[in-house]
Amino acid sequence: MRHVLSVLVENEPGVLSRVAGLFSGRGFNIESLNVGPTLEPDISLMTITTRGDEQIVEQIVKQLRKLITVIKVVDLTYEQAVEREMVLIKVNAEDEKRAEVLRIADIFRCKVVDVSPSDLTLEITGDQNKIKAIINLLQRFGIKEFARSGTVALRRSMQID
Amino acid sequence: MELTGAQILLECLKKEGVSHIFGFPGGAVIDIYHHLPNYPFRHILVRHEQGAVHAADGYARSTGKVGVCLVTSGPGATNTVTGIATAYMDSVPLVVFTGQVPTALIGNDAFQEVDIVGITRPCTKHNFLVKDVKDLAFIVKKAFYIASTGRPGPVVVDLPKDVMQAKTAFSYPEKISLRSYNPHYEPNKKQIKKAARLIAKGSRPLIYGGGGIISSGAHDILTLLARKFKIPVTTTLMGLGAFPAPDELWLGMLGMHGTYAANMAVNNSDVLISVGARFDDRVTGKVSTFAPRAKIIHIDIDPTSIRKNVQVDIPIVADCKLALEALLQELEEMDINWEQEHRDWLDKITEWKESHPLRYEQSETKVKPQFVVETLYELTQGEAIITTEVGQNQMWAAQFYHYKYPRSFISSGGLGTMGYGFPAAIGAQLAHPERLVVDIAGDGSIQMNIQELATAVSYDLPVKILILNNGYLGMVRQWQELFYDKNYCATCLHKNPDFVALAKAYGAEGFRIIKPQEVRPVLEEALKIKKPTVIDVWVEPEENVYPMVPAGASLTEMLLV
Ligand SMILES: Cc1ncc(C[n+]2csc(CCOP(=O)(O)OP(=O)(O)O)c2C)c(N)n1
Ligand SMILES: [Mg+2]
Repeated sequence: MRHVLSVLVENEPGVLSRVAGLFSGRGFNIESLNVGPTLEPDISLMTITTRGDEQIVEQIVKQLRKLITVIKVVDLTYEQAVEREMVLIKVNAEDEKRAEVLRIADIFRCKVVDVSPSDLTLEITGDQNKIKAIINLLQRFGIKEFARSGTVALRRSMQID
Repeated sequence: MELTGAQILLECLKKEGVSHIFGFPGGAVIDIYHHLPNYPFRHILVRHEQGAVHAADGYARSTGKVGVCLVTSGPGATNTVTGIATAYMDSVPLVVFTGQVPTALIGNDAFQEVDIVGITRPCTKHNFLVKDVKDLAFIVKKAFYIASTGRPGPVVVDLPKDVMQAKTAFSYPEKISLRSYNPHYEPNKKQIKKAARLIAKGSRPLIYGGGGIISSGAHDILTLLARKFKIPVTTTLMGLGAFPAPDELWLGMLGMHGTYAANMAVNNSDVLISVGARFDDRVTGKVSTFAPRAKIIHIDIDPTSIRKNVQVDIPIVADCKLALEALLQELEEMDINWEQEHRDWLDKITEWKESHPLRYEQSETKVKPQFVVETLYELTQGEAIITTEVGQNQMWAAQFYHYKYPRSFISSGGLGTMGYGFPAAIGAQLAHPERLVVDIAGDGSIQMNIQELATAVSYDLPVKILILNNGYLGMVRQWQELFYDKNYCATCLHKNPDFVALAKAYGAEGFRIIKPQEVRPVLEEALKIKKPTVIDVWVEPEENVYPMVPAGASLTEMLLV
């Protein structure tokens, strides 16, 4: 099962390699990892998505907590959370295809962020399903390149059960 | 007044109450060595940095205090890695200071530069690179705090040369608290109550203890609890000494080379109380058949140890000593005749002990290694500190010497590091000048750090090295004999040195034992000598360690003699 972990860490050199090394050294997998500073300059937030059965993910969470530079770990899988990823997609859009690519972009509320005679670069933000869907749709035009930010997520303030 | 980084470092060590520093100098740490004579520490100059770390480790395991090392950058630092990994696997508190090239050169492939913080990241509890002399005192404080609290472990502090030369005012923090590191010591009361109820309900309880009992100082309370409620005890290799071996509740070690009684008890127990142990594969054998009839209570300070290898029924994350104290109180309130409740179980265990004790075939002509260890036990009455190398020698030391006290059996369990025992004995001897310290060694292992004979001779340490010389990398040969068609590839040590002559060349004493009749008198004489002493015992070359649970088999599938 896929888990999204929200990890607060000390913002100091080496902290990323401690986390990454933990995953590689123990044979855990990282599907995506996103890091950025928080409003407190000495703390960063990492959002890590990983896969594994319950026992493995429990180990991952405990092992993360055991790292001296990790302040807090929350497994958002057990909470209600908003989850987004941003993707930049450079897709073939020549002549007669162009209109259709733009129509899809419109339906998915993408932004066109770069244009050339032969291709368009779209910016799309959404959860995993939405991103999977648009990649599927655009594939037949030929995706030249794409770059993903990795998932970021926040716990919802109101947890409704 | 301003001090240099080198002076600040040494002031910090003074504040931490450090008595011994195990080290080896080089360009990157000359500044520290320059000031060292002005401080009250005893510096032990080893002959190889691996020896420094193992010696600090032996010092730490035999005292419970933090062991301290000081080495230079580059090769000095890389030579410590095996020692650090050894300490990490066995949760030993160490602080290792490594020299580093000046900060301006870091990353330039400077002379003797190595990224030791990167290299040791996965085998330390934590590590630091000090970039500014103003941070130095606080980092040293953190290093000792992290190494010695929670589940202990080694910490590396990397010290660039210019930071050691820079000056700043010195002040040492009295107290420390870290937002990202708060070890949890107190047991959860509800879990303790549940555990007590489970124990009360069961009729075949068993304590399975590990090194955590020793590091938390829980041996007395464990002994009290076991005796009061008539619960038999087995431990891992790391737990030897946590419960007095002469006690009738003692079953011996469990696992791959555990006793028949201990492994049978695990198999038949209905409540397994695991204390400060981590269900390592050498202990459990095939995990799915481990303790198949038992509900499991697992007490450990490290949450990651719990449910890592086996599912447990009652997890208790806590300091072992505090948890056992709480459990004892809870059990005391129950109105149960424990003696009566557990009588059948204890009788069954006695039966196993009597039908299958640890044994070996005595010989008139060849010296049996087990006999040597047994004789050592008789001569010392279990009062010695025993360190071991790795292999068959280690297992015989675990089986045929009987440990009455914690911190008297010192062995590399998790990593299984050949070459550990002798330097560890040096560290233990320095910490306990009045005690007899014996390294039970193999002829292969001893050659991995034999250069430390020079250290032992320099400091006039009366450590004893008892080499069970079988002319083989015996434990590997045993596996080849049993599971690889006797293909003794690369395990025969047919050109061993003359260990007696070698000892003498270093200025130590040397003895040789070839016949069984010589074992007792020669040992007796050798143990009296107040100098480093090597006793080279030519033992039966193809003797095996039994019982043995083949790797991956269930504990009940023991090969017996
Ligand atoms: C540094 C290191 N290298 C290799 C091994 C693998 N190993 C485990 S036991 C053993 C044999 C040790 O030989 P010896 O010290 O003579 O002990 P014996 O088993 O003969 O008593 C070896 C090679 C190890 N544990 N450590
Ligand atoms: Mg040998």
